[in-house]
Amino acid sequence: MVWIVLLSFVSAFFPPWLCRVLHSRTGWIVALLPAAITAYFARFIEEISSGGTVVESMGWVPCLGIELSFHLDGLSLLFALLISGIGTLVVIYSGSYLAGHYQLGRFYSTLLIFMASMLGTVLADNVITLFVFWELTSFSSYLLIGFNSDQKPAREAALQALLVTGAGGLALLAGFLLLGQAAGTLEISALLAKGDAVRSHPFYVPILLLILAGAMTKSAQFPFHFWLPNAMQAPTPVSTYLHSATMVKAGVYLLARLSPVLAGTAIWENVVTPVGMITMLTGAFLSLLQTDLKLVLAYSTVSALGGMTMMLGVGSQPAAEAAVMFLVAHALYKGALFLVVGILDHETGTRQSGRLGGLFRAMPATGLAGILAGFSMAGFMPSFNFIAKEQTYAAILETTPAVFLTAAFFVAGTCYVVVGGITGFQPFTGRPRERFLKPPHEAPPSMWVCPLIMAAAGVLVGVFPSPAGKYMLSSAVGAVLQAPSEVQPALWHGPDVKLFLSTAAMLAGICLYLARAKFRRSMEPLTPLLSKGPEHLYSLSLAWLDTIACAQTRVLQSGRLNLYLLITIVTTTGLVGASMLEHEPILGLERWSDLHIYEAILAVVLLTSTVVIVRSRSRLAAVAALGVVGYAVALLFLLFSAPDLAMTQFCIETLSVVLLVMVLYRLPRYRDYSSGKERFRDAVVATLAGGLITALVLVATAVTREARLTPFFTEHSLLLAKGRNIVNVILVDFRGLDTLGEITVLAVAALGVYSLLKLNTGKKSGD
Amino acid sequence: MNLVLLFPILIPFATAVACLLAWKQRHVQRVLSITGAVLLQASGFLLLVSVWQSGIRAVQMGNWPAPFGITLVSDLFSAIMIVMAGLTGVTVLVYSLADMDTGRESFGYHPLMHILLMGVCGAFITGDVFNLYVWFEVMLIASFVLLGLGGEKAQLEGTVKYVTLNLMSSALFLAAVGIMYGAVGTLNMADLARHMGTVKQPGLVTTLATLFLLAFGIKAAIFPLFFWLPASYPTPPAPIAAIFAGLLTKVGIYALIRVFTLLFVQDLEYTHALLLVLAGLTMISGILGALVQNELRRILSFVLVSHIGFMIMGLGIFTHLAITASVFYIVHDVIVKTGLFLVGGVVRAERGTYEMSSLGGLYSSNPWLSALFLLPALSVGGIPPLSGFWGKLVLVKAGMETGQYLIVATALIVALLSLLVMMKMWADAFWRDSPGSAAGGSVVSANPVSFESRLVLFCPIGVLGLLTLAAGIFAEPVLTVCSRAADQLLNTEEYIRAVLGGIP
Repeated sequence: MVWIVLLSFVSAFFPPWLCRVLHSRTGWIVALLPAAITAYFARFIEEISSGGTVVESMGWVPCLGIELSFHLDGLSLLFALLISGIGTLVVIYSGSYLAGHYQLGRFYSTLLIFMASMLGTVLADNVITLFVFWELTSFSSYLLIGFNSDQKPAREAALQALLVTGAGGLALLAGFLLLGQAAGTLEISALLAKGDAVRSHPFYVPILLLILAGAMTKSAQFPFHFWLPNAMQAPTPVSTYLHSATMVKAGVYLLARLSPVLAGTAIWENVVTPVGMITMLTGAFLSLLQTDLKLVLAYSTVSALGGMTMMLGVGSQPAAEAAVMFLVAHALYKGALFLVVGILDHETGTRQSGRLGGLFRAMPATGLAGILAGFSMAGFMPSFNFIAKEQTYAAILETTPAVFLTAAFFVAGTCYVVVGGITGFQPFTGRPRERFLKPPHEAPPSMWVCPLIMAAAGVLVGVFPSPAGKYMLSSAVGAVLQAPSEVQPALWHGPDVKLFLSTAAMLAGICLYLARAKFRRSMEPLTPLLSKGPEHLYSLSLAWLDTIACAQTRVLQSGRLNLYLLITIVTTTGLVGASMLEHEPILGLERWSDLHIYEAILAVVLLTSTVVIVRSRSRLAAVAALGVVGYAVALLFLLFSAPDLAMTQFCIETLSVVLLVMVLYRLPRYRDYSSGKERFRDAVVATLAGGLITALVLVATAVTREARLTPFFTEHSLLLAKGRNIVNVILVDFRGLDTLGEITVLAVAALGVYSLLKLNTGKKSGD
Repeated sequence: MNLVLLFPILIPFATAVACLLAWKQRHVQRVLSITGAVLLQASGFLLLVSVWQSGIRAVQMGNWPAPFGITLVSDLFSAIMIVMAGLTGVTVLVYSLADMDTGRESFGYHPLMHILLMGVCGAFITGDVFNLYVWFEVMLIASFVLLGLGGEKAQLEGTVKYVTLNLMSSALFLAAVGIMYGAVGTLNMADLARHMGTVKQPGLVTTLATLFLLAFGIKAAIFPLFFWLPASYPTPPAPIAAIFAGLLTKVGIYALIRVFTLLFVQDLEYTHALLLVLAGLTMISGILGALVQNELRRILSFVLVSHIGFMIMGLGIFTHLAITASVFYIVHDVIVKTGLFLVGGVVRAERGTYEMSSLGGLYSSNPWLSALFLLPALSVGGIPPLSGFWGKLVLVKAGMETGQYLIVATALIVALLSLLVMMKMWADAFWRDSPGSAAGGSVVSANPVSFESRLVLFCPIGVLGLLTLAAGIFAEPVLTVCSRAADQLLNTEEYIRAVLGGIP
């Protein structure tokens, strides 16, 4: 299993090369991979349905407790089959849909990366491994939504999807890490046994909320649903595969997977169920207001995801069964409908519901697929979706109070009938609405066969439900509930409330379908309201972020060196000053009585000439005053018995004054760049900084001790280092490495001056 | 024989001298320069293996016993950093074979790069705090000349800011060293570590710590001291900017980690809490800065600043896991930032500009370059399984284990914003159509890049891209090494024993 997934990643390298040789036939070759994977997982059906699980593990980052461990049970098997099976069809379909596109190879590469990541997500047993694959699905989704990257809406939709799911992903990561901390393990199979410990842990609420945030952004739950309709910028095969059949169900998968650990508390029910219900209603309602068939389908997908979430929120045995059934049914009919809409778009150039009609004659195979899938979506008997709906009513009717959820699901069911009609039925029936540029004709078989298979499966499973129940659904439900379950789906349960409700919803739906245009018109006044939805909040927060970022950067990175220096000095003074005040330092003042008069005079000279430097309006005067400072310091060295240092200082000072005068003499006159206020501010800051350093030195003198190094130097300088001048010996022997460094500095400085003077690339290139 | 400790300083020094002797002979210099860089890289690995096998290595210069002479000492952290220095050196110098103008190459580019590497390696390997100052000076002067080399107006403006603010850092550093020498009476870091507790006023140690924090903080470009970085890094040619971005800021971080694990661990509630606050602010203000820039290298510079916060964050949390994360993050950041700045160089070579508004269409015209951009860019965004993901994961885990939820939340949000910034860059420079082609004209390269030089440009970038992938996929061995490095950083006895031996 691990190798299958890893090899799928590696295989993503090949399509670009294959494309060069095979062109549009690449799809058939690429499809071999998902087909083989489907076959591989199909082999496990027997074993899993009899209650077994398959575990494989490879070490990855054991020091963090992260293993490349895969766990195949009913739920992951169901998902794996959906992913690889639908993947096969989508790959074949894309070959024709994008035939001749110059980036077909890259498209397949990304699709394969997505497929591998999605498989990894549902198979992973380690939550961090799961997260790794989860993020990879987000990113491959980003690339695929923005596939038509020359179009701005595509790029923006891609970024939006990435940001929303990415934000959720980070919450999820935090949640996983907290979960790992609370439960002491990162392996899901071990976590499942620790449900009680987790639920009673003080971290439970943050863990739950963080993980829910991850799952709900991914599965486009209200109020994060807006990215999904926008993601319809992607090519239709991508919308089919990622944004309907598989990736958006990752959130549902996660909720189902972790429900034995996290579910069953009041907060779970009070969050998950209402969010699911609101999403279901919002999506269903908004889908009716759309005219673009892809958007109709996108909003109804949002609604369906909400339905599944709602059922997982309820969490009872029948609810889990309903969720799993609905998941399968939805993948089949919605996938088919998306592919049908893709064919319509491809062959006629439009997806507007108002412009499509009467196409059955021109494209019978596609029409058949569309009508079958629409029929399933509407939930008519004997489709599998009908069974799923019955099961949903059964589960909902058990809840207390049942009336809210029942009413909500009734409304949603009514809308699904309309959506099925608009997308699967209307384009093919009635009279042709419009003349298209080229007369519409049937798509190549590689395109229509894919939706036909899915739509037919959706009905076939409904007619013969028991094998599906026995081999797939039971073990999947068993995995969700962590208890052996037997699912026995059946078309006919006798005349009961469920049947009455679903029949009523169907009839209501048919009525609404017939009145759909009127309904849409009557809802038009609501449109301005819709633009104030959560998506508005998303764009607002991006705008705020931009404003804040601009403001802070204008203040901080002003481009003015004097401000940079000011901030640096203020920060230094503030932080160092605060750390000193905090610890109430003792200043070394007790030796002030030793102060001699000539020392005091020198200090006054120093201070006066410093003031002169700062205040002077002539450069020469400033340089002269600087020289005075240097000489005064040298005198201080002399007074404190360091004659050699003093001599050096005298030489350096003399030399630098001469050099400075020579250079500065050629410069233009002083100009005032700062106002009096600014100069006052700078003076305050400078005084504070100077005061701080003074205080610091005073503190240091209070604790100064004899340098422990000096005796060693005195003792060994002549004997071992053969030098009488200790300073010289220190420089060239004891600490010779420092001198090497300093010599290098001088050499580089010389080199730099030479190069700066000689080389000017700017002049040569003229910019 | 402990010669292995000397190589990282000697090899670049010898290379620089040899290059200087071959003044104006560009081809000779190129051969020497690449050879020197490869040898440096090899010596780094040699050192790493040696330290891995036999623990911390130290050598006393001139055979003067510590703490009287200067000690060179390498623990795993130092060795890792030297390997990274070698890696940056090799990749950047190979890259510059195809993207460096004749003028700069004739006026000391190669010797200066090696002097820079010498300074960096010296800083990584010295065990003496004043010697560290000297290496900082070597680095500063070499980087100063490299920045100004060529004398273009924008360059000089950036250089002035760079030098002025970095001199502030040097002044603070020197003041701090002086005061510390007065208070403790030694310069050897191991010896300082031993005696720091005996300072009569513990408050003074905290103040010294703050001074060091500021001095190194300027070098590392933390908030609010990072101005020089976005002002200067976008100005020099791509290889110079790349080595600065990849390596130079890390020296500041190295120094911070060194002193705040070895010397200043008495007042964790103050110093390390301060580090944590600054880390968070650095992350936020850096990434906000990146959001509003319109020039490729300015964006990268701000991202660079932002991610310095992540490395400091580990130091601030100060647990074994957190320090491991910091070390890992440095390794990751060296790889991706060098790579990104080099990719920026290729973009500029192809299109003649760094302005986002005039870029575009690179995805369709340069698919390989796009892939080579995506790897480090996604790594910066923290997309698994690239190295950036692991860095952030371990940091977040370390933060959660110590209950530092605020910084954890900050790190996660900044990770998301980093992804936003990188993807905006991707969308603007690579994905969308080139603005020129919309007007009907085809994309014209400023100066078409030949196939051979493209190969030379792509090789180092490819290596760096693969490294960020490999460090992610094979995170375990990398993390194990970093974890051992963190062990050594936190258990200072081994360091002190290696330097001072049996001296009481």
